[in-house]
Amino acid sequence: MVNAGDTAWILMSSALVMLMTPGLAFFYGGMVRRKNVLSVLMQCFVILCVLSLQWVVFGYSLSFHPGDGFWGGLGWAGLNGVGLEPYADYAATIPHQAFMIFQAMFAIITPALIIGAFAERMKFSAFLIFTILWATLVYDPVCHWVWGIGGWIRNMGALDFAGGTVVHINAGIAALMTALVIGRRKNLDKSVPSPHNLPFVVLGTALLWFGWFGFNAGSALAANGIAVNAFVVTNTAAAAAGLSWALIEWIRNGKTTMFGVASGAVAGLVAITPAAGYVNVISAIIIGLLVSVFCYIAAAIIKPKLGYDDALDAFGVHCVGGMWGALATGLFASKAVNAAGNNGLFFGNPHQLYVQAVAVGSTLLYAIVGTFVIYKIIDVTIGMRVVEKDEDLGLDLTQHRERAYTVLE
Amino acid sequence: MKLIIAIIQPSRLEDVKEQLYQAGVNLITVSEVLGHGRQKGVTEVYRGAREMGNLLRKVRLEIAVNKDFVEPTIKAIIKGAKTGETGDGKIFVLDLEDCVRIRTGEKGPAAIG
Repeated sequence: MVNAGDTAWILMSSALVMLMTPGLAFFYGGMVRRKNVLSVLMQCFVILCVLSLQWVVFGYSLSFHPGDGFWGGLGWAGLNGVGLEPYADYAATIPHQAFMIFQAMFAIITPALIIGAFAERMKFSAFLIFTILWATLVYDPVCHWVWGIGGWIRNMGALDFAGGTVVHINAGIAALMTALVIGRRKNLDKSVPSPHNLPFVVLGTALLWFGWFGFNAGSALAANGIAVNAFVVTNTAAAAAGLSWALIEWIRNGKTTMFGVASGAVAGLVAITPAAGYVNVISAIIIGLLVSVFCYIAAAIIKPKLGYDDALDAFGVHCVGGMWGALATGLFASKAVNAAGNNGLFFGNPHQLYVQAVAVGSTLLYAIVGTFVIYKIIDVTIGMRVVEKDEDLGLDLTQHRERAYTVLE
Repeated sequence: MKLIIAIIQPSRLEDVKEQLYQAGVNLITVSEVLGHGRQKGVTEVYRGAREMGNLLRKVRLEIAVNKDFVEPTIKAIIKGAKTGETGDGKIFVLDLEDCVRIRTGEKGPAAIG
């Protein structure tokens, strides 16, 4: 039975999550140098175009068609059999296509997150091929494992409310792999380039926070109490993490930064994602306060020490925050919040933490191997990285023949 | 006293600064300019409209030096800015008539360093 309220909320949530990808574009676009801002906006935007098509043609089917443990097959290719009646095993009260288009927005933003690692140095043509292959061979299978009927991680009982493993760990570790294989940007030893437009970063953060209500509260797949719980803990964790990052900076550097609070808020949103439908508000505060500590250590201390060039901290925020969120779900999940979930370690069920760790570990392992193989295949055939001269001149001019800002009228 | 004006690639600025510091030249003014030499800039396209030979971003350095520092400054700029490709830029050396330090009113060579 289609429920009008549930359907309205899921359509609205789908639109909210759609807005996150342009939001991410500005979040990342503000962090790069002026000569590369369009290239980042373009990469995010073109993913919206390319993966919208991939998803309805075969991506949704690979991810969600009831299949074997690995992926779903082509039974729903071209949305054949995906109609306007509910598909009760996923969501009993909304049209099947509403569930499909909500999931489409997740499939779109996930590869867009990876851009943060290889920003300012990847060829646009290679980027397009990488994105299509990664979405098909890494995202769609992992999505099936965790959320699809027959998926082995789902059958194991892992809890991932809105995509801690599928979206954030998956994209975050892929980001680290691409940063390692593509290498550091030129001239990084002399000075780390400053973000060219921090107000863009803040605008992007605001759009992400706004869209994340659809991401998490929409993942209840109904306009119900679980959705409200997810909404409240999402806002709470983002707030706690934004403050916590500011506090860390205050202690370490004597001043807090706008960039820091924005980074913290996003880290908090990442961390609460897998937990949003299973934890209460006090747990959300703890999850939010701690995620900034982990992400700060990753981005501000470990990255410079080890020297990998995860340019915009896609790994430092999404993978590290996502791992904490997925494990925190195994600590803080409570049946008092959601009877359909499970209890975590702190509510008497240590087994849940083990299940969460297996889900995290297998996502990491698969994404590391998958990303590396895809990258290498493209690299030896057409080459991944722009030539040095193009990197100096900037990707806007060399990849797209336009520039974002004029100096003279 | 000479005024040295150099036009360099933006991506070489950090190296040039480092070379200048090593040569003991610490007082520079930097601005962003547009221009092209033999490389004729790049083609840009906006909604299908092509714009040929557009100007490229360059960095302009202005450095006022006393006689002894002219050669070391030029050497430092070349060392930091040279890649061997077209577009590496130019250095202009001009006679400088006078120099006044605003804070103290000092004039001439004493006001430069």
